[in-house]
Amino acid sequence: MELTLAKALNSGLRKALESDRKVVLLGEDVGRLGGVFRITDGLHKDFGGDRVIDTPLAESGIVGTAIGLAFRGYRPVCEIQFDGFVYPAYDQIVAQLAKIRARTAGRVAMPVVVRIPFGGGIGAVEHHSESPEAYFAHTAGLRVVCCARPSDAYWMIQQAVACDDPVIFFEPKRRYWDKGEVDPGAGAPLPLHAAEVVRPGTDLTLVGYGPTVRVCLDAADAAAEEGRRLEVIDLRSLSPLDTATVRDSVARTGRLITVHEAPGYLGMAAEIGSRITEECFYSLQAPALRVTGYDTPYPPSRLEDVYLPDLERVMDCVEQSLSY
Amino acid sequence: MLTTHFPTRDPDPVQLLDPSGHRVTHPDYALDLSPEEYRALYRDLVRIRRVDAEATTLQRQGELGLWASLLGQEAAQIGAGRALRPQDFVFSSYREHGIAWCRGVPPIDLLGFWRGTAHGSWDPYRAGMANYQVVVGGHALHGVGYGMGLRLDGADGAVLVCFGDGATSQGDVHEAFTYAAVFDAPVVFYCQNNHWAISEPLTRQTRVPLYRRAFGYGFPGIRVDGNDVLATLAVTDAALEHARSGSGPVLIEAVTYRMAPHTTSDDATRYRSPDEVAEWAARDPIARLRACLEREALADDAFFADVAAEAERLAVQLRTECRSLPDPRPTALFDHVYAGPHPLIDTERAQLTAFLDQFTDRSTDRFTDRFTDRFTDRPEGPGSWS
Ligand SMILES: Cc1ncc(C[n+]2csc(CCOP(=O)(O)OP(=O)(O)O)c2C)c(N)n1
Ligand SMILES: [Mg+2]
Repeated sequence: MELTLAKALNSGLRKALESDRKVVLLGEDVGRLGGVFRITDGLHKDFGGDRVIDTPLAESGIVGTAIGLAFRGYRPVCEIQFDGFVYPAYDQIVAQLAKIRARTAGRVAMPVVVRIPFGGGIGAVEHHSESPEAYFAHTAGLRVVCCARPSDAYWMIQQAVACDDPVIFFEPKRRYWDKGEVDPGAGAPLPLHAAEVVRPGTDLTLVGYGPTVRVCLDAADAAAEEGRRLEVIDLRSLSPLDTATVRDSVARTGRLITVHEAPGYLGMAAEIGSRITEECFYSLQAPALRVTGYDTPYPPSRLEDVYLPDLERVMDCVEQSLSY
Repeated sequence: MLTTHFPTRDPDPVQLLDPSGHRVTHPDYALDLSPEEYRALYRDLVRIRRVDAEATTLQRQGELGLWASLLGQEAAQIGAGRALRPQDFVFSSYREHGIAWCRGVPPIDLLGFWRGTAHGSWDPYRAGMANYQVVVGGHALHGVGYGMGLRLDGADGAVLVCFGDGATSQGDVHEAFTYAAVFDAPVVFYCQNNHWAISEPLTRQTRVPLYRRAFGYGFPGIRVDGNDVLATLAVTDAALEHARSGSGPVLIEAVTYRMAPHTTSDDATRYRSPDEVAEWAARDPIARLRACLEREALADDAFFADVAAEAERLAVQLRTECRSLPDPRPTALFDHVYAGPHPLIDTERAQLTAFLDQFTDRSTDRFTDRFTDRFTDRPEGPGSWS
């Protein structure tokens, strides 16, 4: 069936709540309102206020109590309302959630999911458009994933809930209303941490995740008109990284560009570029390049089109890569 | 009175004007205003409501990305705002248009933030007020630190820290209470309890009236009728004076109501009843003061007509100014990230400039259609995001 990404997440969460009574949702406005993006729409009504919990307005509290619930055998799914509001919970995530398995020598599992709508492009005010994924991917003990399309949203959220480690789950908020085919009968097509080649090509590998997968696909279309065949990989998992899929692709194409909205400095593209350079140096015909947000605070919305990697900037970079 | 003793029962919120507009007395808060001062308060209330309504309209027409309305909270804000002195300083959240108005911030400077031309349009030092804070509770400690600075300087002045009922749940706000208390910081915490934090009712944030929080930290807490501009003025005035005189912080809970949805993208019908809204509409802060002015013959019809006309002119001017607010130039991205040159920023600025040169029509020196359709290509979807 055809679903929006938002509805696919909603259906995935419903499935998770149905299949395990230890699954609880926590967050601000996730109850009667159904979340500001309606990702939890209808769940409070159907599962009740003990399982779909409107929390007091405190993110540290959301994640901190989720940790306690996990200690007690629950599988909490936290909603952080917007990317820029995860920081009050940052301490609980990086100093506690990430470390409890190691601290307890494996005796205590932390099957906690922290959902974060992220990225820009919606014309919002400050703190509503950020891409903080690198902070989390840099932290051992956390798994970090990012869905880009409805089918992945539906399956990945269920896989994240089923995972016995903490999962930071990034949702591309400007793609919430994109539609795509979801087949709930089929079973998850891929493991949670696999990357996927979403468009095969021969001349260059474009790697994106979340909101930039669409940008990469558009670039591949545009390049096709000029006779260039670009391969597009949807990374899906930021930690761990499916380097094998990227390496196999770059071994064939010889060129790599990673595209993300987060600032470039120490971002995901830096990690991918470095690993690919280590692992398939002799296949590379150009340096690993990147198109990213600038290393500035996310700007006021009237400037976000300048800030965000878009078709033109990706094409510019494609040209640069091909010129080697 | 401002006391640190825990109340044995909750006193009624301080009121100087009852809902039907009768002047009432309060043993601790006298307020002696001249007829001009009464009228000035009324004029403030009407004008800020008109500014707010115009901003809502501008958002509907696509001129603003978002707007958080202060409808219903005018008296809470104008009363507190008019109690401030030039030497005071304000840290506020995103809904405090009335406070900003009292600090002399031109209404157009409120709009840049919501239109997306700037994160903050006014000079905090000129206004005596920091730019709006979006991270709920994030500014409470800033206010305390500023107050600690005032104390260290031996300066005469106090800080007003404005936040909502929801914000009282944030750890930062509790830390602010602790810091302010142990350092005797000259801070007035001004909590507008408008009963809602987006879709969550007050009962999701607290089991007790919010003003009571103060006593646990060791400073006075007081509850005031937030729809009574005379009471908010008198109580804030006393609290600021208490802080300025070195007696430490005060928490004021102004009991009011958010008449509009949380923001222009919220749908409040999903979580609250029209009956509740109607109940509060009957306690409208402007109607209350107007009834008082009429009853006590402090203003005549000509005055009311004049205020209405003046508010209308203000709205027209705001609309014109909003439409002509210039977009920042693209390389403004790199302005003010650091105090001076920075190699990464300088490199990226040069890269962007070179990149944009490809799109610039040299004959007009304007960008081609690349950056013209900002509000037309936004994704469409339901939502009530802040
Ligand atoms: C740290 C943080 N978490 C979440 C949000 C999203 N958000 C914006 S306003 C708001 C509710 C605030 O309620 P309250 O403090 O009562 O202020 P009001 O909006 O009623 O004036 C929320 C949850 C935010 N801005 N900052
Ligand atoms: Mg509120």
